[in-house]
Amino acid sequence: MSIDIRLRLQHPAFCLDTALQLPASGVTALFGPSGSGKTSLLRCIAGLEPHARGSLHLDGHCWQDDARQLFLPPHRRELGMVFQEASLFPHLDVRRNLEYGLRRSPASARPVGWQQALDLLGIGHLLERAPHKLSGGERQRVAIARGLLTSPRLLLLDEPLSALDYQRKQEILPYLERLQRELDIPVIYVSHAIEEVVRLADYMVLLDRGQVIAAGTPTDTLSRLDLPQAFADESSVVLTAQVEQIDARYRLARLAFANGQLWLPAGKLNVGNPTRVRIHARDVSITLSQHDDSSILNRLPAQIESFAPQADSGHVLIRCRVGTTPVMARITLRSFETLGIRAGQTVWLQIKAVSLV
Amino acid sequence: MLFSADDWAAIRLTLQLAGATTAILLLLGTPLAWWLARSRSIAASVVGVLATLPLVLPPTVIGFYLLVLLGAHGPLGQLTKALGWGLLPFSFSGLLLASVLYSLPFAVQPLQQAFKAIGPRPLEVAATLRASPLDTFFSVVLPLAQPGLITAAVMSFAHTVGEFGVVLMIGGNIPGRTRVVSVQIFDHVEALEYQQAHWLAGSMLAFSFTVLLALHLLNRNRT
Repeated sequence: MSIDIRLRLQHPAFCLDTALQLPASGVTALFGPSGSGKTSLLRCIAGLEPHARGSLHLDGHCWQDDARQLFLPPHRRELGMVFQEASLFPHLDVRRNLEYGLRRSPASARPVGWQQALDLLGIGHLLERAPHKLSGGERQRVAIARGLLTSPRLLLLDEPLSALDYQRKQEILPYLERLQRELDIPVIYVSHAIEEVVRLADYMVLLDRGQVIAAGTPTDTLSRLDLPQAFADESSVVLTAQVEQIDARYRLARLAFANGQLWLPAGKLNVGNPTRVRIHARDVSITLSQHDDSSILNRLPAQIESFAPQADSGHVLIRCRVGTTPVMARITLRSFETLGIRAGQTVWLQIKAVSLV
Repeated sequence: MLFSADDWAAIRLTLQLAGATTAILLLLGTPLAWWLARSRSIAASVVGVLATLPLVLPPTVIGFYLLVLLGAHGPLGQLTKALGWGLLPFSFSGLLLASVLYSLPFAVQPLQQAFKAIGPRPLEVAATLRASPLDTFFSVVLPLAQPGLITAAVMSFAHTVGEFGVVLMIGGNIPGRTRVVSVQIFDHVEALEYQQAHWLAGSMLAFSFTVLLALHLLNRNRT
């Protein structure tokens, strides 16, 4: 089961040209700088770009195939879409906005019911309101519920948080996480905010100037050595970990991941919480021996796997393994040569910062 | 009596003409304005200009050309004769056709503006919610363009009530058939019946003022 995308679109600023096979479950993030073509690709998938060429198959359903002269118009594609800005119909209240798509989609095979959609997005109390009486976050939640109620085979979210301030984003992210956990509808999520991507995505696609740079799990993608300059600062790994212990005296939490453990500020974490953490390559340095006289809490033994000098910044990007878990480190070329780093070598990683996502 | 029997006949005819003109303009003007608002073709530009022409041309020019076209020797006159409709000039049908053309920009312009103001996004949203283009037009476009529809209807009606030159050219002055209020006033003045002229003219003034004020208030409350 997968989503097969082979789409091309001539755009004034770039030529979108993609050949992708995305998982037909979980959240796939399309990530890239503005003008990279991620929104265009989403619009092509929705059928909103009539000049898109190529083919598009979802779980065996064909939505577009130029070879067969087939192009389903958007209203015949079973998808839900949430646009960047609030796009509720101003002449309808919340209930009638939600009913708009519901009434126009077949009642059979409804994966999300009315009450479930209201509960998932916490909008049951808003039904009689007019769209202009809602906050930005509430409007986007209604828009997501409206999309879900069309019984989509695919949910497309086009930067649904970008028009919201930080506070509203924090308000809406938990709802998106619930969707990801509780629904079996694949989601394609466009974003230029890496924090949202690493928090939500199971799979990610890096786009730049209309081309696919990399695709895979967030760790596989962000730990590539050949990331182009535009993404160099994002070089990192994303680990799934579990809170195993809270040290009350030092306010630290011990997180266990597949091949080791990490300490980080306890914050609001509780024992048993599953969580995702991100370790930036720029926050990882390398020592050849174990240092017990360091202020850095997280020191892990690792093996050097491969590396790539980054000519323009004077750094070397190094891919290491802690057991089977990849971790990226970025050190200066000078340190790299002084330490005599080579593939297969056993070293210690000093991790200056681990961020919860 | 404020109004004579002739006056009443003229008022009745004027309201009939304005009502029929408004109905036809809304039916024809809405799809035309939708096309003009959405199309970027050269044909749309040309038609857009043609639909605006009655705004700047003297009514006598429109009346004159219609008279020539619809007359016994005009191409359209030949056609209506061949179809068994007779000749349109100096009939209610001819008057209606002239009124529709003359008031066309007053219906098309507000509709076109209203359609343009909606933008592409609500249409795309409706499409992703499974609405076909026709469904979208009725369930999204028309409700969102409602202020434009009301303006178009009111302006078409009021403008038709207020026309004079085209009426005189194409309709003439046949009591009960083509003699509308504006012509009746002209007749009263010519006959030096100032009292009668006052009543009719004053009523027109009050009517037009009330209509425009109501429209203004309606549109102000919406925004």
